[in-house]
Amino acid sequence: MGIDALAVRLRAEMGPNQVLTDRQQLRTYECDGLAHYRVIPALVALPHTAAEVAAVVRACAGAGVPFVARGSGTGLSGGALPHAEGVLIVTSQLREILSLRPEDERAVVQPGVINLQVSTVSKEHGYYYAPDPSSQQICSIGGNVAENAGGAHCLKYGFTTNHVTGLEVVTPDGDRVRLGGAAPDTPGYDLLGAFVGSEGTLGVATEVTVRLTRLPETVRTLLAAFHGTDQAGAATSAIIAAGVVPAAIEMMDALSIEAAEAAVHCGYPAGAGAVLIVELDGPSAEVAAQFDEVTRLCDANGAFETRVAADDDERQLIWRGRKSAFAAVGRISPDYIVQDGVIPRTALPEVLRRIDEVASSHGVRVANVFHAGDGNLHPLVLFDARVPGEEGRAETVSGAIIDLCIEYGGSITGEHGVGVEKAHYMPRMFTDTDLDTMQLVRCAFDPGGLANPGKIFPTPRLCGERPGRRTGPHPLQESGVAEIF
Amino acid sequence: MSVLDDLAVKAGDDDVVCGVPARFVAAPASTEEAAALIAAARDLTVVIRGGGTKIQQGPPPRDLDLIIDTRRLAGVVEHAAGDLITVVRAGTPMAELHALPGQQLALDAPPTATAGGAVSANASGPRRLRYGTARDLLIGVTVVRPDGRIARAGGKVVKNVAGYDLGKLYTGAQGTLGLITECVFRLHPVPLDTAFVRATAPPTAVARILAAQLAPSAVEIDAGPGAPPEIAVLVEGTEEGVRDRAAALARLLDGEVTDLPPSWWDTPPWPPGGLGVKLTGVLSAVPALVKAVIAAGGTIRGSAATGVLHAGFPSGAPAGIPGVVGALRAAATRAEGHAVVLTAPDGTLDGLDMWGPVPGLELMRRVKDQFDPDHRFAPGRFVGGI
Repeated sequence: MGIDALAVRLRAEMGPNQVLTDRQQLRTYECDGLAHYRVIPALVALPHTAAEVAAVVRACAGAGVPFVARGSGTGLSGGALPHAEGVLIVTSQLREILSLRPEDERAVVQPGVINLQVSTVSKEHGYYYAPDPSSQQICSIGGNVAENAGGAHCLKYGFTTNHVTGLEVVTPDGDRVRLGGAAPDTPGYDLLGAFVGSEGTLGVATEVTVRLTRLPETVRTLLAAFHGTDQAGAATSAIIAAGVVPAAIEMMDALSIEAAEAAVHCGYPAGAGAVLIVELDGPSAEVAAQFDEVTRLCDANGAFETRVAADDDERQLIWRGRKSAFAAVGRISPDYIVQDGVIPRTALPEVLRRIDEVASSHGVRVANVFHAGDGNLHPLVLFDARVPGEEGRAETVSGAIIDLCIEYGGSITGEHGVGVEKAHYMPRMFTDTDLDTMQLVRCAFDPGGLANPGKIFPTPRLCGERPGRRTGPHPLQESGVAEIF
Repeated sequence: MSVLDDLAVKAGDDDVVCGVPARFVAAPASTEEAAALIAAARDLTVVIRGGGTKIQQGPPPRDLDLIIDTRRLAGVVEHAAGDLITVVRAGTPMAELHALPGQQLALDAPPTATAGGAVSANASGPRRLRYGTARDLLIGVTVVRPDGRIARAGGKVVKNVAGYDLGKLYTGAQGTLGLITECVFRLHPVPLDTAFVRATAPPTAVARILAAQLAPSAVEIDAGPGAPPEIAVLVEGTEEGVRDRAAALARLLDGEVTDLPPSWWDTPPWPPGGLGVKLTGVLSAVPALVKAVIAAGGTIRGSAATGVLHAGFPSGAPAGIPGVVGALRAAATRAEGHAVVLTAPDGTLDGLDMWGPVPGLELMRRVKDQFDPDHRFAPGRFVGGI
């Protein structure tokens, strides 16, 4: 069945307005948050129910047509980049909170529900949803599940995978299957754990049971200004070494502070070469004792000014600079690449120096803004696409940063995902057997390879092959169908 | 001479898994040796054994040629204190992990259990309320697949979303997908101070504790026929913080603050040879689970603030066991959870479904078929006969 026949079938099953084939309409969906990759899908499906998602996937499976699921489209690694001959399944119409159960510390939501909305509705009951990606005002829970989204508060509270207890997924065959549940420790393989963060390659989540977290009694936020990132890094290490696990420790360097000031006038201390934002939360007595310790450690490691947010407004102001940093960079550079690598926390000072060396030697600037507590770097590599050669140099620097992360025993992605952008880096971090072992899972879920093909893994694979036992070029490569990155 | 000839020795009288004697035992000392062993043992059925603390849990293997003993595969490879991580070989006793200087693997498991065994069983205890289970603390894993190939997933950093999280898949897989040889764990600082608050109170009081924003590390209950139910709460943190919070909890529960936990803390509620069942449910259903166990004549104990509990019944009356398990399973289903039989008196396992119904079983079978197409690893010991 071709796309035209598929469109006819889906229109009959769902209704004419839920199936887009007009090229102008399709263009709306040609990219996600990683806008320099663009592919126009062959068809966009806009299901309103889980049953409709299953119907679309079943139709794709029957026709041998690839499909890609997309939530709000805020992903930063091209995980929801459409397939040119495939169907894009947009889940943003599935946006109901199906049940809110503070007595069980659970909420059951549809995948299109916006992350922040879960916290907003839980707040009056004394709860919130802990994973808070910077895009939490617009990103969807389904997308969070696909990417195992993190955020500033992961250090203490963990990631999406630690806060999802149950899923209903549509498998690539079109079956609706429950994984996990409302109660913990469902017997059997932790397929839920394998599904979260699989970037849409194992199916589509249609219902998500999340764990709600008790709102802390107290939140206290400190801004500490240092002359440079070395001192801020040393303060971070000292805080961790003292046995304090803050809710968040964020760092910004001089260039990212400059950008944030230009954009949102956050009023960070003048002359700061680096700022740390340290947030503690929990019972008042605990936070009070630890806050004094954190302040002392910042002072002892060279903070020349510390500010404590007196109220929620001041707290928001401190965070505004950090949360707007990516967008703010647009004020000081026409173009930029957001990188997302991870290093062991103790390597921070050394890696920052080496990033600086790499950037200088290629004549580009890098603004550093990152989750210092867990070593998740977000270097913003600045360039001007109008200057010939500059984009290429920026890409070189961006790649070199990822190589540094691998060299220091870290990861090529901390929260944005591999997507289409980093698939070719996977063999630098993992061996062939490591990747083949992941393919065993893929083949169990998706023997036809129709779910979000071309993402995560560097080369096309067929489930008929025995992983790791192939020698010589891949058959698809040999026949000229596919290319090895 | 193959590695198999080198390493495998004839099994002894103790090399028995749930009544099924093994033919051979082999104890590799490195990942590479384990890989060579498993590659050479392609025609053999295998059960993996660590400290043996949970080896008797689960149905007996359908067949057993070789026990792979991990206890020579031991030792802390790396403890990066500044990064709050440790890399350990799978056979490392938990006692070594409990003794890391200044830091802890916050996983409740017996000192003689091994790290790999704790992961394979997805161990947890009272402190899971604060720190999670093995699945939350494992950030990297090295495994030998049933085909003898070595694979790694995850890494040495907490924040990492590169590729599938295979560590999750191996956690709780009970050795059915291959051998874990090395684990990377996230560590936590050892708290500066701890205190316990004990009270005689019904399980319904747990909701009040959770509503009080006192951030306990564990909330355990113990209830049985003929004795008043008890609650014990662990608080951890700074000296001032612990003092204030313990006092507030003692007022809330009309209880007392103590330095030590009650004698029943983190111990199973079943006697040797008795019936032991793990019960899970949503939080609001915990009182109903307690009631169901007591009505059936058992003792219930466990992590009331997470909904993970254990029921124990004395040995004897094996004829009534299917009825008891059925009643508990029905209660767990009403609680949206599960009832898994962990141990049962000798001679009562025939026909008893220890795992109970599981969602996604068909997908699980497909995963097993991919990893272990000949079904050689722990055959028959996992859900649905996997």
